[in-house]
Amino acid sequence: MTEQRTNEARGSQTMTLSKAINSGLRRALEDDPKVLLMGEDIGTLGGVFRVTDGLQRDFGDRRVMDAPLAESGILGTAVGLAFRGFRPVCEIQFDGFIYPAFNQIVAQIAKLHYRTQGAVKMPITIRVPFGGGIGAVEHHSESPEAYFAHTAGLRVVSCSNPQDAHTMIRQAIACDDPVLFFEPKRRYWTKGEVSEHIGPDTLSLEKARVVKPGTDVTLVSYGPLVMTAMDAALAAQDDGVSIEVIDLRSLAPIDFETVEASVRKTGRLVITHEAAQFGGIGAEIAASITERCFDYLQAAPARVTGFDVPYPAAKLEEHFLPNLDRLLDAVDRVMYKRNSLTGWGK
Amino acid sequence: MLRTTASEEHLETELLGLDFVQLLTPDGTRVMNPRFDPVVADIGAEELKALYEDMVIVRRIDTEATALQRQGQLGLWPPLLGQEAAQIGSARTLRSDDFVFTSYRENGVAYCRGASLTELMPVWRGTASSGWNPYDIGMATPAVIIGAQTLHATGYALGCAIDGVDSVAVAYFGDGATSQGDVNEAMVFAASFNAPVIFFCQNNQWAISEPVGLQAQRPIAERAPGFGIPSMRVDGNDVLAVMAATRVALERARSGGGPTFIEAVTYRMGPHTTSDDPSRYVDPDVQAGWAAKDPIARVEALLDSLGVFTDEFRASIQAKSDAAAKELRAGCLGLPDPEPLTVFDNVFATRNSWVERQKSQYAAYLATFGGAE
Repeated sequence: MTEQRTNEARGSQTMTLSKAINSGLRRALEDDPKVLLMGEDIGTLGGVFRVTDGLQRDFGDRRVMDAPLAESGILGTAVGLAFRGFRPVCEIQFDGFIYPAFNQIVAQIAKLHYRTQGAVKMPITIRVPFGGGIGAVEHHSESPEAYFAHTAGLRVVSCSNPQDAHTMIRQAIACDDPVLFFEPKRRYWTKGEVSEHIGPDTLSLEKARVVKPGTDVTLVSYGPLVMTAMDAALAAQDDGVSIEVIDLRSLAPIDFETVEASVRKTGRLVITHEAAQFGGIGAEIAASITERCFDYLQAAPARVTGFDVPYPAAKLEEHFLPNLDRLLDAVDRVMYKRNSLTGWGK
Repeated sequence: MLRTTASEEHLETELLGLDFVQLLTPDGTRVMNPRFDPVVADIGAEELKALYEDMVIVRRIDTEATALQRQGQLGLWPPLLGQEAAQIGSARTLRSDDFVFTSYRENGVAYCRGASLTELMPVWRGTASSGWNPYDIGMATPAVIIGAQTLHATGYALGCAIDGVDSVAVAYFGDGATSQGDVNEAMVFAASFNAPVIFFCQNNQWAISEPVGLQAQRPIAERAPGFGIPSMRVDGNDVLAVMAATRVALERARSGGGPTFIEAVTYRMGPHTTSDDPSRYVDPDVQAGWAAKDPIARVEALLDSLGVFTDEFRASIQAKSDAAAKELRAGCLGLPDPEPLTVFDNVFATRNSWVERQKSQYAAYLATFGGAE
C-alpha cells in the first residue's frame, strides 16, 4: 500500500511487461493521430498476449485494425500507409510467423529511404513476441533478430523489463526509421515499476545499459536473458567473481562503446542470446570487440547461445536455451577456471 | 471500414462484366459500346491527338533508351514497345493527387506523371537508385521485386480512405506478378478494407520467357471477382478502352466503391530487357499477329478518318519526338557520376553510428589516395 502510494507520487505504476507495452502503445496513439496499429487478432481479442487489450475499443477500428491473415500483406500495406505519412505499428503474432513478410521488411521497408534518396521515410514499428521458454509448439519460440540486424536500413531493439518496454516502444514509434521491436514473450508477465515520463534524461533507443556494475567479467545479453544474466551475476558473486551485466537493448546498431568501455575494465567478455550461434549477434560482438580492444582482452570472448539446430520440441528446450548454469560455465571459461570444456577434445 | 461479412453484392461485379472491352479496332474503326462510350464522350479529335502524341513520344523515348543501352550508356533498359496505349490511356486519366506504384517497365506512366526525361535515366545508368522524388510526381520509385508494389498501393489507398480524401492509388503490374502471393494478398486487403485502389494489370503475355499460360489458366480478370473485386478485361492496345475502363474504376474508388481490377490485354513487342533474347522463345507468327494490333497505328487510322491527321500534325509530332529523344540523350549523358561517399547517404533517416563509423573509415582510406604527387 505504502509502496503503491510512493509510486503514484512519482507518477509511476507497477505493471507487467505486457501491460507496459500496452500503455506505451496507448500513449503513442494519443500523442500522434498518424499512429495506427495493424495485426492479427489485435482488435477485439486484444492480441494473443493481450498486448493491445482495449486499444481498439478506445481508439476505433481505423486506428487499431485487425488485419487479414497475411504477414506480407500487413507489412506491405504498412509501406503504403507510411508513404502517406502514417506511422504503422504492426504486430507479428509470433516470431516464427515473420518469414512470409521477409521480402517486404528487408527488400522494401529497409531500403525505401535509401532507394528514394531520403524522400520517403518508413517510420514503421514491427512488434515481434520472440524467444522460447513457454513450452510452445514449432514456430512459436524463435529468435530471428540476426536476419534483420544484418539488413542495412533496419533498427532492431529488444526490451528486457517493463520500464524499457514502455519507453522503448514509444521511442520506436516516434523514430523516423523502421524498427524491429522484439518483445521477450516469456517475460510478458514480469512486473516492474513503469513511469510514462520521457525526457532529455531518458536513455536513447540505441544505447545499451549497464544493469549491474562489475569488475571481472562483462556479460552481454538482451531481451529474455537479461534476467538470467542477472541471476548468474548474483550466483557468481558467491564465488567471488564480479560480473558486469550489460543489457544491449539495441541490436542494430549495437552500442559498442558501452560494451567496449566495460571490456577495457574487465578484460573478459561473455555474450548470451537464445538465437543460434553461427552468424548471430554474439559473433558480431565478439568480432567487433576483439577488433576494438584486443589488447585489453585477457581471454577469448565466449558465447552462450541456442545451438545451431532448429528450435526443438518443448520437452527439449531446456537443453537448447542458455540458462544460469551454462552462463556460469562460460564465466569459468573466461576466468580460466575448471569448466565443462576443460580437457574437452583432447 | 472493415467489412465484417462477405459481400452479397454480386450485381456490380457482373455489371462490369468480363466482356472484352474494345472501342477502337486495330484498323481504326470506332466500335460503339453503350456501357463505356459515355465515359469517354469528351474525347474528341483534339484529345485523341494528344493521346497519340504521348504514345509516339514514349515509343521514341523507348527507342532512344534502347540505343543508349546498346551504346554502353545505360546498363539496362526495359522496353515498353507495344504497351503504349495501356500506359498512356490509364496514366492520363489520373489526377495529380492520385499516387501510382509501378513495376520497372512503366516509363510511359512516369512520363505522364511528370517525370522529366532526364529523370527516367539515373536508375538505368546506375547513377542513383531513384530518378525522382515520389512526392513530386505522385509516383513511387519503381519496385523491382515482382508484385511487392501492389500492397504498397493498397496501403496508400487505405490511408486515403482514413484521411477522408478521394485520391486513388493505382498499382501497375504484369501477368507474371499475378502468381505472386503479394498480389493476391493485396486483393484480399483491398477488398476487406474497401480501399480506393485500382489493380492495373498489363497482361503483355510474357514474364521474361514464360508465357502467360504458365501463370493463369483462365483470363486473369476472372480472378478478381473471387476476391470481391469487380474487374474489367480491356483491349490494352486500345487507348480509348483503357481510358474508359480506368475512368470507371476511378469513379468507383473516388465515390467509396472500393477497388477495381483491370486486365489490359496487350503484348510485349520487345525483349524483357535489353539483356534478353526473345528469339529463343517467341513465335514470329504470333509476334506478327500482334504487330497488326499496334496501339499507335489504330489511332493514326482513326485520326486520318476524321480528317485531322494532316501533314502539319505529322510533322509536328515528328519534331516533338525527335526533340524528346535529343533531350533524353543529353540528359542521360549529362548525369554526373555520384561521389564515392554518397554510398553511405540516406541508409537511415536518423543518425546511425555504424554507418557514420564506416563512412569515416572509408573516407580515411580514400584519403590515402588523395593528394598524390
